[in-house]
Amino acid sequence: MAHDAAHAHDAGDHGGHHGHPTGIMRWLTTTNHKDIGSLYLWFAGIMFLVAGSMALIIRAELFQPGLQVVNPDFFNQMTTLHGLIMVFGVIMPAWAGFANWQIPLMIGAPDMAFPRMNNWGFWVLPVAGALLIISLFMPGGGVAGGWTMYPPLFIQGGISYDMTIFAVHILGASSIMGSINIITTILNMRAPGMTLMKMPLFVWTWLITAYLLIATVPVLAGAVTMLLTDRNFDTHFFNAAGGGDPVMFQHIFWFFGHPEVYILILPAFGVVSQIIPTFARKPLFGYASMVYATASIAILSFIVWAHHMFTVGMPAAAQLFFMYSTMLIAVPTGVKVFNWVATMWKGSMTFETPMLFSVAFVCLFTIGGFSGLVCAMTPVDIQIHDTYYVVAHFHYVLVSGALFAIIAGVYYWLPKWTGHMYDEKLGKWHFWLSTISMNITFFPMHFLGLAGMPRRYADYALQFAEFNAIASVGAFIFGASQLIFLWVILKAIRGGNKATDQVWEGAEGLEWTVPSPAPYHTFETAPVVK
Amino acid sequence: MASQTGGYYLPAPSHWPIVGSVALLLMALGGTFMINGVGGGWLLWVGLAILTVMLFGWFGTVIRESEGGKHNKQVDLSFRWAMSWFIFSEVMFFAAFFGALFYMRVLSVPWLGSGDTLEQLWSGFNATWPTAGPGLEADGYKFTPMGAWGIPAINTLLLLTSGATVTWAHWGLKKGNRSQLVLGLFLTVALGLAFLSLQVYEYMHAYSELGLTLGAGAYGATFFMLTGFHGFHVTVGTLMLIVILGRSIKGHFTAEHHFGFEGVAWYWHFVDVVWLGLFIFVYWLV
Repeated sequence: MAHDAAHAHDAGDHGGHHGHPTGIMRWLTTTNHKDIGSLYLWFAGIMFLVAGSMALIIRAELFQPGLQVVNPDFFNQMTTLHGLIMVFGVIMPAWAGFANWQIPLMIGAPDMAFPRMNNWGFWVLPVAGALLIISLFMPGGGVAGGWTMYPPLFIQGGISYDMTIFAVHILGASSIMGSINIITTILNMRAPGMTLMKMPLFVWTWLITAYLLIATVPVLAGAVTMLLTDRNFDTHFFNAAGGGDPVMFQHIFWFFGHPEVYILILPAFGVVSQIIPTFARKPLFGYASMVYATASIAILSFIVWAHHMFTVGMPAAAQLFFMYSTMLIAVPTGVKVFNWVATMWKGSMTFETPMLFSVAFVCLFTIGGFSGLVCAMTPVDIQIHDTYYVVAHFHYVLVSGALFAIIAGVYYWLPKWTGHMYDEKLGKWHFWLSTISMNITFFPMHFLGLAGMPRRYADYALQFAEFNAIASVGAFIFGASQLIFLWVILKAIRGGNKATDQVWEGAEGLEWTVPSPAPYHTFETAPVVK
Repeated sequence: MASQTGGYYLPAPSHWPIVGSVALLLMALGGTFMINGVGGGWLLWVGLAILTVMLFGWFGTVIRESEGGKHNKQVDLSFRWAMSWFIFSEVMFFAAFFGALFYMRVLSVPWLGSGDTLEQLWSGFNATWPTAGPGLEADGYKFTPMGAWGIPAINTLLLLTSGATVTWAHWGLKKGNRSQLVLGLFLTVALGLAFLSLQVYEYMHAYSELGLTLGAGAYGATFFMLTGFHGFHVTVGTLMLIVILGRSIKGHFTAEHHFGFEGVAWYWHFVDVVWLGLFIFVYWLV
């Protein structure tokens, strides 16, 4: 975005190198963290529209009972791909985009530690995305086994299922490359004086997120590899006739899957912890406790996985263990929520769009956290497992949690990236429409789930009609509201009021000491942090 | 550790990553088509060829940069962090398969041989390890498990010795004794190749005489998945050692600056440690 001016001067900086390619080749071959950050963010944005359209197909079908819009098999393909793409193609790449843009700027590094691997970590993503979308057109139809890929159903599908497995392998390779790069950058590229406990919280949360990724993504790779061999090479990992167990897949998958949930949300905690102090004009309350809470959440995430599978049958002692360990996570999460509230307490607050989304994050993510506690209780979960209550729960933490934090972060740093202030009026429209419609969409799902409506069905009993109609209306308003977001971003790239270096009155940190837009190369000489 | 020494090497734009992405796309499509027998499987080999070209080109570039003195101490430390975390990711990859092995041995097979499951499903099942599982055994599937004290024990000796020879080569490099370095690496490569040859023989023996195949239920699946992925890693490690051997003969590396060597040695030791786990839990304790 808009570094063409900065681009021209930098040929001189690297006199020894051949000239930088332009046009499409610039983006294909780039080794610049800002270019790669922009690529990640655009990819996430485009995939957000793709997977969001899939969600709207789901909501269109569910607007009324009966089958009106799509057939049940296509409905299942939509729920599967909506989940896979939103998790692996939207939220994760968006956070990788923030990491690329912001971490070098926030720790005073000239770039990421491995600029070429950084490029590859991004450019394998479109390959995986293409495989997932091509799979829809394979004989036998797209993958329809749910994003969790449970056998035996997943073993019975057609060609698209193998394609999805390879796509997951490639997505994993991207995550590993990105994470190794981020950890190395944070551990080895900090400016003099930038000690660990002086790092901005966004950097801390990404450091811990990258650790979670490296520890769990290879486990997912192993799990889908076993699916692949069970499907094609006669192994019996998930087949009781051979001594295996389909439930074993769930254990291995969720050993990855629960830390994955925190991979999606920890960077959100980081972004909100940057934004709230800026607009409350107070330092973050309890910085050290925020760091320790993040680490605690990460460690606990490895010992809670079976709360996703309370109904598959397991010993009572295991159910008790996973129930209590899950509830324990509420403690460090509570520390964070109280710290954000305490940061705002008696602050000189203003409510620009990034702050609005962050305040909404604190309120609405907490609702998702509370419904998570409800789900954590084994006897309750046995009633609401695989119902819309669970759908409501994880959309509160992923839409009004992870996604709202991404949106807040984009508004917060857009002036630094483009050099222009975004349109505040349109931003506020975007905020109010999104927040209201998000609640119209997902709040009724709590009632649907408690009343017993199961998830992942194209049809439902008449008694669920009203709340489903309300949720569908909300979903279409939410979807349309995101077009405002796209428009605001494009408008800010093309022009607008010039942003100052500082951008926000209360902002602190190294990224606000460089010009807006940030030049193509920053901190070639390391700043000294006091 | 955190302080920048200045002049961190930042590479110019490179076309190698996008070449690698094209290779991965072709490999994924070709692999999908091949295992489903729908034609187009040749794309896999085209992709693999492109990936090979990419690896040569990319690593060649890094080697030239290293020999050209572009890697200062801070860059060197980046490589060390990255290789450590990469090996950690590999540990977790094997952990998934070890987890599957322990889950079957400790949980799912005993469950199939006890209580209601036993009575209602395969009532004659004798749940002892190694097993091909109740359904396959009821259909008359028979296999002989791989004994520990033949080829696997010899392979253990070979790999442990190769760990020693690569360390001996490292000592040679550090005291500037080039012939010790080259000889040590040559021996390590030879031991790696001997290991792989014996494993190929073991697999042929398993398939043709023991009835031990990928389809041999819980034991066969975990046996071949664990030893197969390990063998793949030994293959990759041996290729890496061959590159390092060639570079050593060409006069690359100095006593102070040789992370290319050390990274490969770390990887080789990691492969060695995984083997010890395999020897104990796959071959020995059956």
